[in-house]
Amino acid sequence: MDYLYFAIRRLLQAVLVMFVISLIGFSIQDNLGDPLRELVGQSVSESERDALRDRMGLNDPFLTQYGRFMYKAVQGDLGNSYFFKKPALEVIAAKFPATLELVIGASLLIIFFAIPLGVYCAINPKGWFSKFIMGFSIVGISVPVFLTAIFSIYVFSVELGWMPSFGRGETSGILGWQSGFLTVDGLVHLVLPSISLASIMMPLFIRLIRSEMMEILQLDYIRFAWAKGLMPARVWFLHAFKNTLLPVITVGGVQIGTMLAYTILTESVFQWPGMGFLFLEAVNRVDTPLIIAYIIVVGLIFVVTNTVVDLVYTWVNPTVKLVGSK
Amino acid sequence: MALLEVNKLEVQFPLGRKTLQAIHGISFALEEGERLGIVGESGAGKSVAAFSILNLLSKPGRISAGEVVFEGQVISEFSRAQMRHIRGNRISMIFQDPMMTLNPVLTIGTQMSECLKTHRNISNSEAREISISKLRDVMIPSPENRMDSYPHELSGGMRQRVVIAIALLSDPSIIIADEPTTALDVTIQAEIMALMLELCKNNNVGLVLITHDLAVVSQVTERIIVMYAGRIVEEGLTHDVITNPKHPYTRGLIKALPQENLPGTRLNQIRGSMPALDAIPAGCSFNPRCDFADGECHKDVPALVGSETHRAACVHIDRIPAFQNAGDAK
Repeated sequence: MDYLYFAIRRLLQAVLVMFVISLIGFSIQDNLGDPLRELVGQSVSESERDALRDRMGLNDPFLTQYGRFMYKAVQGDLGNSYFFKKPALEVIAAKFPATLELVIGASLLIIFFAIPLGVYCAINPKGWFSKFIMGFSIVGISVPVFLTAIFSIYVFSVELGWMPSFGRGETSGILGWQSGFLTVDGLVHLVLPSISLASIMMPLFIRLIRSEMMEILQLDYIRFAWAKGLMPARVWFLHAFKNTLLPVITVGGVQIGTMLAYTILTESVFQWPGMGFLFLEAVNRVDTPLIIAYIIVVGLIFVVTNTVVDLVYTWVNPTVKLVGSK
Repeated sequence: MALLEVNKLEVQFPLGRKTLQAIHGISFALEEGERLGIVGESGAGKSVAAFSILNLLSKPGRISAGEVVFEGQVISEFSRAQMRHIRGNRISMIFQDPMMTLNPVLTIGTQMSECLKTHRNISNSEAREISISKLRDVMIPSPENRMDSYPHELSGGMRQRVVIAIALLSDPSIIIADEPTTALDVTIQAEIMALMLELCKNNNVGLVLITHDLAVVSQVTERIIVMYAGRIVEEGLTHDVITNPKHPYTRGLIKALPQENLPGTRLNQIRGSMPALDAIPAGCSFNPRCDFADGECHKDVPALVGSETHRAACVHIDRIPAFQNAGDAK
C-alpha cells in the first residue's frame, strides 16, 4: 500500500515537471528568429506577412498562445512542422526508432562491458589490467564524442574499410517500427555509432562501479560474509554487487537521459536519421513547432526514465524510506 | 593438546617503505569449551590478534611469523579454500557493531541459509528449519516471520542476536567475539552477554572474548589475557588477575573502574596513552606511563614470569607492593 502511494506521488511529480518543461519550451519560441522568413519567400510583402502572422496567432498575447498550445498538446497535438507541413509529433515519431535503437545499442555495450570491468577493477585494484583500464578510462572521459566518432570512421571505415561510415543501412519494418536490429546490414551500421555514443558513458560507469564496490568491499558486512566461509563469487556478486548497484541505478537513470542529448552529436557525425539529427536540421530551419516538440519529447523521456529508476530503486533497496509513508 | 593454539604470532602491516608491527609474538591456548578474555585499550592489538586466527586481517596486514594451530592442524598455513571450511563452520566470529555486520539488502533468512548451505549439503527447507531453530535459541520472538525481514527492520540488540545465531549455525567449536556488546545500550549489553555465556556453556563452545570491559570479562571468562602495545603483559585465571593484578598496566586498568563504595571521587586514570605502532619505546613498552619504571625497564622486553595460572611481564614484579584497590582500603 505504501508503495502504491509512493508511486502515485512520484507520477504526480512527473506530471508537474512535464508542465514546467512545456512552459519553458514554449516560451523560447519568440527568441528563435522569425519563422515567416523560412515559411514564405522573399517576394511576400510586409503587410502580407503581418496578415499571415495574425492568422497563425503569432501576434496574440503569450498566455493566449500558451493556452492554445497546451489545449492542443494534451490532446497529443504539438502543432505542425513548418518545413515538413506535417504534425511535429508525427515527424519525430518517424525518427524515434533510429534514436532509440542507437541508445539501446550503446546501453547494452555499457552494461556488458562496464559491469564486468568495474567489478574486476574493484576486486584486483593493483593488477596491471586494472591499472590499464583505469588509465584508458581517463582518456575515454576526456575525448569528446564527436572526435571519437570521426576517429573511428577514419580508422574502421576509411582506412580499414570494415565498417560503413554513415546511415542506418537496411531496415525492416515490424508493427510499423523501422528496425535495424533484424538485418545484418542494420546491425553492422549500428556498431560504430553505438561505440561512439557509449564511449563517453562507459568510463564513467566503470569508474563508478569500481569505486563504489571498492568502498563496499571494506565494510563490516563483507568481512562478516568472508568470516562465514562463503565462496568468493557469492561475496563479490551477491553481497557486494547488490549494494554497489544502488548508486549505479540512480546515476544510470540520469545518464540515459544525458545519452539522448549526446545522440545529437553522434547522429550528426554518422548521418544517423534519428531525432537528434532532425533537431539540428529544425534549428537551422527555425522550425519552431518541431523544436518545441523535440524538447517536450526528450523531456518526457527524461521524466519517464527517472520515474522508472526511482520506482525500481525503491523496489531494489529495502532500506529506502518511502517519502510520505507512515 | 589444546583445541586452539596460537604460537609466537607476529602480525605486520607493510605500508609503503615502512612496516608496522601490530603483534609482537603472542602465544596462548584455548581448551575445548573454555572461555578466554583478551583485554586492553584500543590499539593494543587485541582485535588484530582475533582476526589473525581466521586469517581475516584487513589488507595489507599479514601474519609474518608464528602459527595458529586448530585441532592439531596449522590453519595459518591453510589455502583460501581450506580456510573456508574453517570459517563460519568450525570457528565463527561475532563483530562489534551489529548495525554494520548484516548485509542491508539481503533478508535475515538468506544470510542464515547461505552459511549453512556453504558448509553442508542440505536442502533449502532444511536450512530454513535449522535457521529458525537457531533464532529461537537466541530468543528472537516469532522467528518464522523474522526470516523474511531485512536487517533495518530489527533493533540493534535483535540484530546482534541474529549475528550470534549465525555464529552458532554450524555448531562451531570456537566463537571469536570482537567487542560484541560495545555498540549496544547498557541494558541490552547485559542481556546479550548472559545469552552468549549460556549458549557457550550449553553447547560446549569455546569463546574468545575481545573487550575492554573488565566487568564483562570477569563475569564471563575463566581466563584472561591482558595486552599492551602488541604484547601480552599479564595472563592467568580471571579471578586471580582481577583480584590480584601484578602488572602495573593491569592495575591501572582495574583502578580506572568506578568504585561502587567511593561515589563522588575522581576516577583514577593511567597517565599518557598507548604508543603509536611506529613509536613503541624500547624495553618494556609500558615504561613511559609506569610509576615503577627505572633504568632496568628500558633495557629488554620483559618475559612473562610466574605460574601457569597467573603470570606477568614485569621486571619489578617482586618489588611492587601488593595490590590494594582504593575501594578495598576504606
